Amino acid sequence: MPRGQGFKGFLNYVRRNPAFGAGIVLLLLLFLFSTVATLFVEKDGAYPLAAMPKQPPGGEYPFGTDSVGRDLLPTLIYGTQMTLAIGMIAGVIGLVVGTVLGFMTGYFGGIFDTIIKFLVDVLMTIPSFLLLVVIASSLPNPEEMSVLTMGLTLSIVAWVQPTRAIRAQVLSMRERAFVMMSKLSGMSGMEIIIRELMPNLMPYLAISLAGAVNGGVLGSLGLQGYWWWIIEPVIVIALIFISFLLLSIGLDEFANPRTRRTV
Amino acid sequence: MRIPLSYVIKRIGFLIAVLFTAATINFLIPKLAPRDPVTELINQKIASGGMTSEGAKEFGDSLKKLYGLDKPLWQQYLTYIWNMMRFDLGYSIVNYPQKVSTIIGQTVYWTLGFVSVSTLLAFVLGTVIGALVGWSKTSKYLSWLMPPLAMFSAIPAFILALVLIYLLAFKAKAFPLRGGYSTTIDKDWSNPKFLLDVAHHAVLPGLAMLLTSIGGWSLSMRAMMVTVEGADYMTFAEAKGLKGSRLFFRYALRNTLLPQVTALAMQLGLIVSGATLVEGMFSYPGIGNRLGGAIRALDYPLIYGIVFFMVVGIAVATLIVDLIYPLLDPRISYGG
Repeated sequence: MPRGQGFKGFLNYVRRNPAFGAGIVLLLLLFLFSTVATLFVEKDGAYPLAAMPKQPPGGEYPFGTDSVGRDLLPTLIYGTQMTLAIGMIAGVIGLVVGTVLGFMTGYFGGIFDTIIKFLVDVLMTIPSFLLLVVIASSLPNPEEMSVLTMGLTLSIVAWVQPTRAIRAQVLSMRERAFVMMSKLSGMSGMEIIIRELMPNLMPYLAISLAGAVNGGVLGSLGLQGYWWWIIEPVIVIALIFISFLLLSIGLDEFANPRTRRTV
Repeated sequence: MRIPLSYVIKRIGFLIAVLFTAATINFLIPKLAPRDPVTELINQKIASGGMTSEGAKEFGDSLKKLYGLDKPLWQQYLTYIWNMMRFDLGYSIVNYPQKVSTIIGQTVYWTLGFVSVSTLLAFVLGTVIGALVGWSKTSKYLSWLMPPLAMFSAIPAFILALVLIYLLAFKAKAFPLRGGYSTTIDKDWSNPKFLLDVAHHAVLPGLAMLLTSIGGWSLSMRAMMVTVEGADYMTFAEAKGLKGSRLFFRYALRNTLLPQVTALAMQLGLIVSGATLVEGMFSYPGIGNRLGGAIRALDYPLIYGIVFFMVVGIAVATLIVDLIYPLLDPRISYGG
């Protein structure tokens, strides 16, 4: 944990754990880029008929325009921002629900575990493509759905995979000697989960979050069917994934104190 | 350790319950779409000039009657469950009069071929890379492999497929653009030339699946490896003076492989449906491509048939994992 307080303490910590620092910086940069860019580019161009259709890149339209007259620069910027927001909502909800359910069912077992496992096993069998096509055709106009609605729609299925994966990890970890020790020392189940199991699975949770956000982004692309948005979101997803990977490497020292470096 | 019979019976009961519920949910989901496949099919036929509008109405009514689509939903559901229980998958609407089971039979081996090879290869390569990167006594330069692998795993397989088609098939012309075999060669499975042609066609879709899934395997393996290396029994084994290779293979690998193997079994269960979009990109003659087409056209019997086939695959994979799990990890007991 950081020596010293506040920002200085954090700087000290990052110097000792560069991977963690790099991950955070990369995430901040991505966030800044997606918000700052919207200050300089007007959203109006992102709608059909806003510009001359099929203009090549250059001059007034740095990225050109598409066949229905959308200026591609604002389309990409606002599209990426929306797509990411949807992915984040679905991914974070998916991982939080998955973490709570995974830890509770994996550690405590019992009838609750059987019910959740049953649900997960059933939901795993639904092809996501089928679900997306059905949702997309049931919505009156998917383009008018708000970011929040779309994120929430996707989070209906986003928790299934994390729950299953985390439960499997917890199942194996709860039989370890250090959990036994904690039990014998009189810790309650919740204490063991939060103080012993969680830190051990930190790197795993970071990577799962990246996977869940990724799934949300892909799902939103499927829902909207805006295929021309895809290249930029893919680059952004790749960057997000790398920053989570760095965070995950940085979190290793919680799971394995022997990897902790000193400066 | 022997597997207790009561556990097996309980587990099979669970399996049947899962199958039944999954079949019910997968019956209802396509029905939720406010679309009518028969009308869509007829409109298509009229538009292409293959039918007059009067003849089309009659044809549509008879189709609906034939598929029981004019009956109330509960009746359709009962018929569906009864048919699934007898493994009677019925006839496709769009490809009438082809039987769904015939379509599955003609397409499934194409998918099984390239997806199982790429899944297994990705599992082995990813696990080995992840284990080596996570193990602290290997070269630090190995960890440079992780960011590019992570990047590939963040890209959806069908997008990578598109890039591969453009670079290697369209520009470099090293691989065929589409399909599962050349139409210029006789479809004869005993002809080595045809087999080579099939393999040649399977390289790009396989590569798209492989490159995008290696990252996931290596990331999870690396994380587990780091955790296990910090465990007390590893410190103890090291203090005993055991050789590095023994520590790696017998202590670390044995403990980290477990979640990997579980995930692999699940992945094998998903083989059939896992490549829907990639197959679509290549117009590959596999089952995923057929499922994609069936979903788009809302061809109920074909969707139900393929999904049922898939559900059975996943359920059996889960059952096998649960049965062998305690054999792999003696710390886990046969509970519920």
